[in-house]
Amino acid sequence: MARALIMVPATARRGEIVEIKATVAHPMESGFRHTQLGTLIPRDIVTQFVCTYNGVEVFSAEFFPAISANPFISFSTVATESGTLVFNWIGDNGFSVTESAAISVS
Amino acid sequence: MSAFGHQRLAVLSLCLAVWLLARQAPATELPAPERRSGYDFMSRETRAMQDDDTANPGMLWVKDGEALWNTKAGEASLACSDCHGDARVSMKGVAARYPAIDAALARPVTLEQRINICRTGQQKAPAFALEGANLLALSAYLGRQSRGLPIEVVIDEHGKPFFEAGREIFYRRQGQLNLSCAECHEDHWDKRLAGNPVTQANPTGYPLYRLEWQGLGSLERRLRNCLAGTRTQVYDFGSPEFVDLELFLMWRARGMKIETPAVRP
Repeated sequence: MARALIMVPATARRGEIVEIKATVAHPMESGFRHTQLGTLIPRDIVTQFVCTYNGVEVFSAEFFPAISANPFISFSTVATESGTLVFNWIGDNGFSVTESAAISVS
Repeated sequence: MSAFGHQRLAVLSLCLAVWLLARQAPATELPAPERRSGYDFMSRETRAMQDDDTANPGMLWVKDGEALWNTKAGEASLACSDCHGDARVSMKGVAARYPAIDAALARPVTLEQRINICRTGQQKAPAFALEGANLLALSAYLGRQSRGLPIEVVIDEHGKPFFEAGREIFYRRQGQLNLSCAECHEDHWDKRLAGNPVTQANPTGYPLYRLEWQGLGSLERRLRNCLAGTRTQVYDFGSPEFVDLELFLMWRARGMKIETPAVRP
């Protein structure tokens, strides 16, 4: 099943600033809610997001309980060389999703 | 009875008549140019979220649906694509025609029910749970193939009684608050309820991603919200009352463009 949506421009000019968008499917259960019977629903959130560009970290973020379900992140980077962007989300209960996208720089 | 009593009775009757008239003013159907999608009532930011496929979280389900479309299932070991081919071609405009009459059942079925009929009948697989992630994903994927196409449900002589039943539910007062759908969605769609726009209840984008739900949901889930809000006994998912009402609602929104998967606040 699809766990993430990634948007990276397929091509870019060298030195161009490119916008990158990434959504991951996750309930982001805050850990503050209770069931109707009063038991606490344990926290289950994404805690960290890292994007690497040909192995070099270009963006990272820490996530907290107030962030909505299916968190969406948009950021920009400079297109330096052709290669691969790897996106990794890590979270509670061993959650880990990795996606990648190729970019061709001319 | 004294003159004073008569006078008081007359005033009371007049008040009652005015009140009854005001309460029972027949809701009139909106002409096509005045029909508006829930999209028109949304903030700029929420519209941008719906319009951009890479920011629209409903696309997570669409992507899941595409995977399911191509996955073999059941004793027959058939994928949807084995019979229907490429959904981008074969399913174009299909969601815009549902609910539609199923010949075997001799009654209208929703797109979700249609998927399950195919699943149990052709694939020989257990039906998907109504409102479950798989069924939502497939119906979102099918709905996506009709995006931008006008809603055109067919009301023929077979569908007419169900359509009329749906219309009856829409205009019937129900629940502890004694409200009909029409009282809000036809008479007061331009007003606000607790700060939120009331809207015209045109189901253009289902299944849709509702920010309040933090997830995707069907029209029936939304209808259950409305029913619970008016303190009415809610119908079960897939109940005939819901299908009739959906048939009427889709007819009422005929000609409007499908937005699936829409985003709503």
